[in-house]
This record gives sequence, structure tokens and C-alpha cells, in this order.
Amino acid sequence: MSETLQTPPVSSGKPAQPGQPDQPDQPGRVYQIFREITTGNAIISVLAVLLALLVGAILIAFTNEDVQKASVYFFSRPGDTVVAAWNSVSGAYSALFQGSVYNFRKPDFASGIKPLTETLTFATPLIAAGLGVALGFRVGLFNIGGRGQMLIAAALGGWVAFALDLPAGIHLVVALVVGVAGGALWGGLVGLLKARTGAHEVITTIMLNYVAYYLVSYLLRDGFLKTPGSNNPQSPASKPTAVFPDLLGPTYNLHLGFILVIIATIFTWWLLSRSNLGFQFRAVGLNPHAARVAGISVDRMYVYAMLLSGGLVGLAGINQVLGTSTSGFDAGIDSGIGFDAITVALLGRSRPWGVFAAGILFGAFKAGGFSMQAAEGVPIDIVLIVQSLIVLFIAAPPLVRAIFRLPTPGQKTPGAKTPRKRTTTPTEVVAS
Amino acid sequence: MKLELRGITKRFGALVANDHINLTVEAGEIHALLGENGAGKSTLMNVLYGLYRAEEGEILLDDVVQHFAGPGDAMAAGIGMVHQHFMLIPVFTVAENVMLGHEETGFGGHLDLPAARRRVTEISARFGFDVDPDALVEDLPVGVQQRVEIIKALSRDARVLVFDEPTAVLTPQETDELMGIMRQLRDSGTSIVFITHKLREVRAVADRITVIRLGAVVGEASPTASNEELATMMVGRAVDLTVDKSPAEPGAPALVVSDLTVLDPHGQVLVNSVSFTVHAGEILAIAGVQGNGQTELTEALMGLQPRVSGEITLDGSSLRGHTVRKILDAGVGFVPEDRTEDGLVSEFTIAENLMLDRSHQPPFVKRFNVQLSFLAKFAEDKVKEFDVRSQGIDTLVGRLSGGNQQKVVLARELSRELRLFIAAQPTRGLDVGSIEFVHERIIATRDAGTPVIVISTELDEVAALADRILVMFRGRVVGIVPGDTPRAVLGLMMAGETPTEEGAAA
Amino acid sequence: MSTPTTVSPAGSTGPSASVADTGPDFEQIKSWKTPIALAIFTLLGFLLLVVFGRDGESTMRLSTTTDLIQLPDVVLPTRPTGVVVVALLLLITAGSGWLVRSKAKVPLWLVTVFAVLLLVGFLAWASADHTIPVPGLLFGSLSLAVPLIFGALGGVISERVGVVNVAIEGQLLAGAFTSAMVASITQQPLLGLVAAMVAGVLVSFVLAAFAIKYFVDQVIVGVVLNVLVSGVTGFLFSQLLAPNAATLNSPPRFENINIPLLSEIPIIGPVFFRQTLIVYIMYVAVACVYFGLFHTKWGLRLRAVGEHPQAADTVGINVARTRFWNVSLAGAIAGLGGAYFTLGSVGAFGKEMTAGAGFIALAAVIFGRWDPIRATLAALLFGFASNLQNVLSIIGSPVPSEFMLMLPYLVTIFAVAGLVGQSRGPAASGKPYIKS
Repeated sequence: MSETLQTPPVSSGKPAQPGQPDQPDQPGRVYQIFREITTGNAIISVLAVLLALLVGAILIAFTNEDVQKASVYFFSRPGDTVVAAWNSVSGAYSALFQGSVYNFRKPDFASGIKPLTETLTFATPLIAAGLGVALGFRVGLFNIGGRGQMLIAAALGGWVAFALDLPAGIHLVVALVVGVAGGALWGGLVGLLKARTGAHEVITTIMLNYVAYYLVSYLLRDGFLKTPGSNNPQSPASKPTAVFPDLLGPTYNLHLGFILVIIATIFTWWLLSRSNLGFQFRAVGLNPHAARVAGISVDRMYVYAMLLSGGLVGLAGINQVLGTSTSGFDAGIDSGIGFDAITVALLGRSRPWGVFAAGILFGAFKAGGFSMQAAEGVPIDIVLIVQSLIVLFIAAPPLVRAIFRLPTPGQKTPGAKTPRKRTTTPTEVVAS
Repeated sequence: MKLELRGITKRFGALVANDHINLTVEAGEIHALLGENGAGKSTLMNVLYGLYRAEEGEILLDDVVQHFAGPGDAMAAGIGMVHQHFMLIPVFTVAENVMLGHEETGFGGHLDLPAARRRVTEISARFGFDVDPDALVEDLPVGVQQRVEIIKALSRDARVLVFDEPTAVLTPQETDELMGIMRQLRDSGTSIVFITHKLREVRAVADRITVIRLGAVVGEASPTASNEELATMMVGRAVDLTVDKSPAEPGAPALVVSDLTVLDPHGQVLVNSVSFTVHAGEILAIAGVQGNGQTELTEALMGLQPRVSGEITLDGSSLRGHTVRKILDAGVGFVPEDRTEDGLVSEFTIAENLMLDRSHQPPFVKRFNVQLSFLAKFAEDKVKEFDVRSQGIDTLVGRLSGGNQQKVVLARELSRELRLFIAAQPTRGLDVGSIEFVHERIIATRDAGTPVIVISTELDEVAALADRILVMFRGRVVGIVPGDTPRAVLGLMMAGETPTEEGAAA
Repeated sequence: MSTPTTVSPAGSTGPSASVADTGPDFEQIKSWKTPIALAIFTLLGFLLLVVFGRDGESTMRLSTTTDLIQLPDVVLPTRPTGVVVVALLLLITAGSGWLVRSKAKVPLWLVTVFAVLLLVGFLAWASADHTIPVPGLLFGSLSLAVPLIFGALGGVISERVGVVNVAIEGQLLAGAFTSAMVASITQQPLLGLVAAMVAGVLVSFVLAAFAIKYFVDQVIVGVVLNVLVSGVTGFLFSQLLAPNAATLNSPPRFENINIPLLSEIPIIGPVFFRQTLIVYIMYVAVACVYFGLFHTKWGLRLRAVGEHPQAADTVGINVARTRFWNVSLAGAIAGLGGAYFTLGSVGAFGKEMTAGAGFIALAAVIFGRWDPIRATLAALLFGFASNLQNVLSIIGSPVPSEFMLMLPYLVTIFAVAGLVGQSRGPAASGKPYIKS
């Protein structure tokens, strides 16, 4: 599977890459800004979110009991159906909002704002894992192994948290480091396999997810993670010395983990856009052949990238054990975050701050989803649907443009016709 | 069958690749379509073959207007194509490749392989090809693969056959054989369109010549026209095919390669005990037909090949077994033969590409931080020095023309302290202006006392640059001869024939 | 490279075989991978079967009570069996080492024999002083393998035509959900089967549309589709199926059909020919896909598109259309596999009931090197591993069940790492075909 070594037998010369013709002249600055907004990434992202919420609304309305009852006599009184549908959707989405941003039913600001802090708490592991996946993407690696990396991180870091007796502070740092290292190792293994044998990371990460799951299940049932004297496959609670302190006091769940992911975001940003390791990462991600010829060890970059990616995902895993569910964990501690992270990274377009924003959005969906389930009886699965639809829409901008009839970038609008400039050298431009 | 193209116009965005092209190919003639790389020849043929849809113009076969929605229609109408990059499926057998797209089937869509085999054997026999219908295509040599392409076209009763740059991968001898086949086809009534940019071949085989430049027909020429006349038509101005250069002043031996052998992962020998020496201040050209081990030899020198034995020393210290980075740091400059694939990251800016192979050391990097302001200044200087035409150093390299891309590669490699410079196919796919620039730079590097290796499959380039010429055939060195060795001798050497005594002594 | 032709004056070297022209120089590269791997497994076998060997007798029951022809139980003394097995393993390992030394390849059958021996040794070891019902073990293995085989067939077709199918899990789940609902409403399991195929096709449509029309990375679409299907089925399950279980989630199951005569063959009969309709459809599907892929026009074009789409395009094959419809077909087949969960085994839909089967099917595709027969065998192997775990946990296995369940995934990692043979997938799989 070593693509770099196999020269195709038919012909090794590839056709000369055509250079791009000069950009057609733009008729005006305002128009240009308009085009950038409409054809650029920002508007697509917003529209994708809207579209996904719309589909979610349709699903909510169609499965709502009141709507179903009203639809029986739809033709005699169609208004009832419409009203019922509106009520179900607005009820669900306002519960989503009040569960994720601000609860207007609470008397004071301090308790009204609690949902927002919940959102940030939910966003914390999503951002960390999303950064890990995004880092992989930038190096051309598809890390679907978030689940496994989180589980190993949680298992190792969790063991430090409940089994060791260390002074406060040090205990926390040791647990954190061990957890992150666990994720890094589980990820690095993938990088090593790819570098050494060419094993495709998509396959190995998927498989290692299950290996980690069964391994941790075993350890919880009969290994060093088992709670003594209990038949439940669950670990003992983390010791208080290893638990992330609350940021805003005991009323709120927001904990130190959020600060850590802010630091992680800054670190990842620096790594990718300012450091030489990031430069080499991006070179490998965009063109591994050229990187190799330029003396960059592609294999080593794969290993480093997977170590870092796994470490960031591991941060999400340890965050769960030390911050979110400190009372002991089971083999479901990853709660799907490893997969959510892929959608977060895609929505954030693999840019660290984009991932940060996307993580908060999806954190809001999660926080709001739970209160929506409690208040309106809409299953939390709707969040999965909306999330995956957002990513699908974002991945295919032409689809979103087609739905909203937006102009396509690079294509000339009738008014902006420019004569071909003969000054460029077409000989170089035409594909031969 | 008579083929006529009337007013074909094909645009890619703002660019007109074919501008009202008229072309008539009479039945039973070989019509050469001559033009520079990127003049629009292949675009035109892809329009003819139904792969592209033209915006204007029409295609006529025997005076009947045709409408091709895809290659299927074109083939049904009797047009066949021998593609520059063979359109064969490597893991299929010859028979399967030939039958693909017009399979004869039995009950339930069951493939009638015996029929396909018979077809291959029958056509092979007609033209005297020796092709085993059950051989896997990936196991066949390039020359035979091209014959499979021809059989494929003929098995569909092609009456118009397009050869798109068919000689790029062939030895001079194989080229002669191909021309024989083309004449034989012509004599049996097939019309042939022969696309090339090689003047010699055109004059040898064509009945008529149409020259296109910048996407438009410049005019017709007769095969009796001289090289200079044809070249002038093709390029649009008088071209001087030679390069000004003073005689070499070779210094001490710099690069010594002895007994170098390269294996592929299956154990096949790609480079077979190659030995040579390059002196300071001389250009050694490595000539040979594409695919005779030159690529692997350069990759071995650069540390890009994993299975290498033998010895490589540069100024006395060994390079073999070192990483690419160490070799680059030892002062080896390298222009890879496929610049978009191996030389540049097209989604990187010009500036980023200029530091691509120096991302680990000062002055570009200090304590893990990329020195952005230093890089910007460096890039501005180099863009000016190497005349890279762009909208600034933050332009993505993928948006540059081929010539400007190559200038970026040269700027990067020549801005280091070099003790050896290796340029593989440095002018492939470039326009004449860029070719001159690249050649001047290479000679300037030599004149500065740097040993230079130029790998090229183009005899013209070899002749223009080389102080000495090493010819490779099937991974071996056929001989090392002086730079002014006659073309005919080189041609024979490229086919594996050892030169006479005086050549080997050089 | 003077390949002789009659028109060539230079071709006077005589009619040498053209194939032999490619490689005049060859040096055999010795690969010690196989002997090393065998040695490691022999060592493991030695540790398990001899050092930690168990005393007692292992009984293997070969017949079920209803069989016409009753075979006697096979009783093996546990520790001596282990010793003999390890000795044989050692012999094979030594043999493979000798083969590599003398520059020959280790044949596949030898590795297979090695694996079977190791398995027998392990079974004997694990069942010391217990009885293993062999037909039951195999029957259960086949049952567990059925959805994997359907999924793997879908995967093979999809990847062979050039579209990576990570969405098998989603197709299985969609098939399971739809078949349960439709079969419950109509009380017709056959209609449920059809509905499952439709559901699989719908998932495929999305995959195909995004991968082929919008050139979105196929792995991304696949991963996201799995989440989407899991969300949609989970949502509808909670909203519709769970509250109305009697009307919407109690599908009639397929009955076992005993095939006359065949079902009475000892061991084979009870395992293969006392199955439900879906299983018989599976046999036909495997045969059809194999024959179709390698012996028909459909298969030739499909593989051409997956290997070299541009070449296929130049001979007039519509690449996008070929990919689209074959990915849809793959979805239909995978959907059938989903129906097996609800109509064949469990009897009702449950959230996330496929539990990663789609990924094991994907593993089978790769382990089976994109070949329908090998992929089927791989799926059977994986089914066997998980059913062995079931059986052993009943008789009180000394091996933690989690490690048995881990096996398919570990095996796949070894496979893609090239430790178990070389895998080369379709050349253009995963790459969108963008016409310039």
C-alpha cells in the first residue's frame, strides 16, 4: 500500500498542471464583498445550520402526537394541523434555546444564564476532540479513532485519579498528563502503523475503537479499573484531589476543563500556523510527495500528528473523568464525542478557532437537547440528525447554493463580462 | 474516412483553448498536428473524441455532421484514439481491455472471452504484433501497451485514428516501428491524426502538417519544410534552439557514484550497477527514453529510494543511506521531474514553497517559530531575482503557470549553498521563453563551479546543455560520451547498443 | 525493448515473449514476515496449550438430537492434544522458515492448516471437561455472520466500483428499522425484506449523490451517514416505535426451512440447510456477486470504473452512472443484511441494534481483499469468533469474552498492516472522478 513507491506501470509522466487564468476583473468593491459573503464559507455555514434545523423541525412536527391527531381531520380544519405543528416545533426549539443559552423562566440572571455555562461544559470535550480530529485533517489523516483514544485516556487517567494518593494539584496534573499520554499513545499507534506498514488510518482507527472498548470493558469488569466489591462494570469515583475545580462556584458545572481547551485551541493555532512543525504538517497534508522530496520525513510527521491528535482527543477523555462524571465511569464514558468531534472539525473547517466555535454550537445542541427531551419529549436523537445534516450540507456547498439559488464562485455573472486578456500566455494555461 | 473540423471553439472559463479551428483530414493520409506544449492540440482531440463539448463548431465525417455526447458516440462513428497516457486498466488482461465497452456476451451477460481473445489475435496477426491476449497489461512493456491501445481502437473498426504524442515513451527504434505501423494503417485506408511537438517525426511520416499556436491554426506546412521553418511557425518567432555556453572547465571530481543498484519492492532491478563521476563545473546529462531507470537513479541520489546498494560520495563523504534532509543539507539542489507532484505544494503560497526544504533551521525557523518577516523579505527578493510573474508572494503556487512554477522551484534550490545540482526534466511542459530561462540558469550554475546533473529525455535539451552525456537503457549505463556526440549515435545508445571505442573513453 | 513486429526492421531479434521483456533483472526479496508471525503464534500456542495446559477431556458433539444420522462424540484428552498440536505448529513454522530460506513463498494452504490446527488446539483447551456442541457452534456462527456477509457484499461492490463505503453500518441499521416497521404493519416478512432493500438504497443514494455529484470525501459522507441514520432511527424509534410497539415493532419472523435431504447431512445439514429464507438468499447473493463481478459485462465495467475511471470513460462507459447505480445496488444488499436482525434473529427493532456489525463487515471486505468469496469467508470467521465467545461463556470459558469479541478487529489491523498477506484495493477507490 506504499503509494509513494509504486510508479504506475503505464506512464509516469503526468500531464502538466494547467496554471489558472487571471481572475476576471470585478466590477466593484461592494459587489466583491457581496460575492465573498454569498459564495464564501461563512454564509454556507449559516445556511447549512438553518437547513438542518428546518429538517429537524419537519421531523419534530411529523412525529408530534398533537399534529398526528389534528392531521386526521386535516381537510376539514387544516388550521389545527398547522397550529399543532407550529406549537410542537416552536416549543421544541425554544426549549432548545432556553436549555442552551438563557432560561427566561428563571427569576434572576445568575440562574437564567446557567444553561449557557452548561453549553460551555458540554462544548469542552467536543472542542478538545474536535481539535484533535482537525489536526489530523490538516496532515491528511482521518482520525475516526476518537472513541478509542478517549476510552484509553479516561481509563489510564481515571485510574490515576481514583487509585493513587497524591497531594492536591499534583494529583490532578499527573492524572491529566497520564490521560493525555494515553490518548496520544493510542493515536500514535495508528500513526506508527501507517508510517511503518502503510495501513490506512481510517481502518485502523475504526478497529482500534472496538479494541479499546472491549479492553476497557474487560478492565472494568475484571481488571484494575474494577470497583472492589461491586458487580457493576464501573470504576470507583475519582478522588477529590484529582477533580477539576469549578470555575464559577458549585452552582455551575463549568470546570477547569474549559480553560484547558482554550489553551489547547491557542496551542493548536500556534502549532499549525506559526510553528515549523505545523508548517511540515501542512506540507504533508497538502502534498506528501513534495514534502518527502523536500526532506520532510512524512512517516515521522504521521506519527507526530497522530500522537498530538490522539493527545488532544485524550484531553477530551480525561476531561470526562476529571470534570464531568467524576463519580466513576463505564465503557460508555466517551458518549459518542469521538464521532461528534468529526462533525465539529468539519464544521470548523479544521481551523482551530473554527473548531472552537463549532464545538460551542454543538455543545449548545447537546445542552439544549437534554432540556428539550425533558420539557417537550423530543428525543435527544434529533441533535444527532441536525448535527449530521449540518455537516453534509457544509461538505457540499453546491447543494446549499442550489437550494438557496446563490451564485457560484468563479463563474461569471452576465453583467460581469470581461474580454479575454491576450497578455497571459495561453500556451501555459491550456491543458494538453 | 474523411474527417473535417469546422470552426471548433472550446473555452475553459475565460480562456479560449481552441479558437475557431478548421482541420481537414482526407481518407488515407497521415495528418500531423504540430504545436508547442499547451498549444491546444490535445484539447482539440478531446473535443473530437467526445470527451469535451465544444462551444462552437462542428465535426464532420465523410461530410456528415456528427453530434458526440461522449466517447461512445465518437467510437461508434469510427473514431479511435491512442492516448498519450494509455487508457488501459493495469489489472485487466489484454483481451479484457480490448473488449471493455463493447463486450460480446452470452447468457445472463456472461462475457465471451474466447471471442475477445480471437479478436486480439486476429488484429495482432494483421499487423504483426506479438501480443498475448491473456497477459496482464501491467506486466507488459510500454511499447507493447501502446500496441494494445492500437488494437483496442482497431477492434472497434476505427476509420480515423488519433495518435496523441505517441512517441514520448518510445525509443527511437520503437518510434520507427510505430511510424511503420502508421504507414501500414494509412495504406489500408485509415485516416490518421498524429499529434506531436517533435519536428523530426512530423517530417518523417506526415503527408500534411497543420501547425497550431495559442489555440488557433497558424497555417499548413509541407513535410519538406525545414526544421527552422516549422519551429518558427510553431513558436511564432524565430527560435534559436541552441544555448550560448562556453566550454566547460571541469575541476576536481565532486560526485562519485560507483556500482549503484536500485531494487523495487518486488525485487526487480531498476538501476543496475551504475557508476559515473561528475566534476565540479561540468554538466553531465543523463539521457534515455522515459522509464529506463533515470528517475530511480536520481531518486537514489536524493535518498528517496529505499533499496539501494553501491556507493555515492560527494566531495569525499558518503551520501548513501542518508535521509533526504541530510542530503539536501549536504548541499544538493534538486529539481524533481514532476514539479506539481514532487516539487511544489500547490495550495501553499510562493513564500511557503520557497522555504519548503528549509523548514527546520535558521534563518527560516527559530525556536520552532517560522520567521514570517524574514520569509517575506526572502521571497520578495527571490521573486524579483527569478522573475516569477505573480500577484505577490502570497499567491498560491497552483495558480501560477508552469514556467513560473518551475522558476519557484529553481529559486528555492539555487538560493542555497550548493555542492551539487540535479535537475530532472527541467523544462518538461514549459513554453519556449521559460525553457530559455531555465537553461541559462543551469549553465550559470555550472559556470559558478557547481557540478550539475541534468536528466532529460529530450535529445535537443541534452545536446544543448551537456558537457558529457550518460545514456541509460534498462537501468544500465550504455556509455558515457562527449557532449557533441551525434544524434544518431545517441539514438542507437538509447536503444541499448553500446557505442564504439572512442565514445566509451570519454 | 525491441518488441518484434513484422513491420519493424529492428525487430530481427526474433519472436521473444513480450512478457519476459519487462524484467530482465530480478532479485528475490526474502520476506520473513510469515515465518516470524507463525513462530509468534506457535510460541503463544505453546504457552497456552502446554505451559498453561489443562488436564481433563474435551468432548466435541458432532450431531444434534434431531439428526437422522447420529455421529459419535469426539473425546480428546486435553493436554496431549495440546502437545500434539504445538508439535505440528512447530513443524509448519520450521517448514515455512525453510521455504523462505530457499527463496520460495509460503503457500496459503500451509498457513490455513496452521490456523485450523491452532483453532482445534484452542477449542480442546477451552473445553476441558466440557462438551462443545459443534453443530450449534457453527449454526450460531453462520447466523451471526449473515448480516456481516450481506454488508460485506455491499462493501465489495461499492468499493470495486470506486466508492468507499463506510456507511455499511448505516445501511444495516436503516434496513433493520424499516423492515421491522413495514413487516409489523403489513404482517408480511417478505415486504419487510423489500422495505429493507429500499432503505439501504436510500442511504446509498445520499452516499452516491454526495460522493459522485458533489465530490465530497467518501469517508466523511460515510461516517456522517452512520450518525444520521443512527439519529433518525433512534428518533423515530423513541417517537413512534416504542409507544406503539404492538403495531409498529412486532414483525413476524421468518421460519426456518429445512431443505429435504441436504438438511440431513451430518454437521453440514443442521448448520447450512435448516435456516431461514434470508440465509438462502444470502447463498444466492454470494454466488451471484462472485459470478457477476468476474464473469459478466456488468462486473467487467464495474471493476474498470473502480480501477481506472478515465479509461472506462474513454471507451464510452458512463462513470458517474455506473458508480451511482452500483452503489445503490450495494445499499440494497446491505439493507437485506439489516433485515436479518429484525426478521431473522432478534424479532424487533432496538436502538443501535447493529452494534458495529457494519464495521465488522467493512473489516471483512478488507480482510477478504475486496473479493466476494474471501470476504464471505472472512465474515464467517468473524461470526465464528463471536459465537465461540458465546458458547465458551456458557461452558465457563477461561478466556475473558471481551478478548474473543476483540478478535475480528485485531485480525483486521494485522491484515491492513500487511502482516497477513498483501492487500491491494481497487486503484481508484475513494477518489472522485472529476471530468476536466
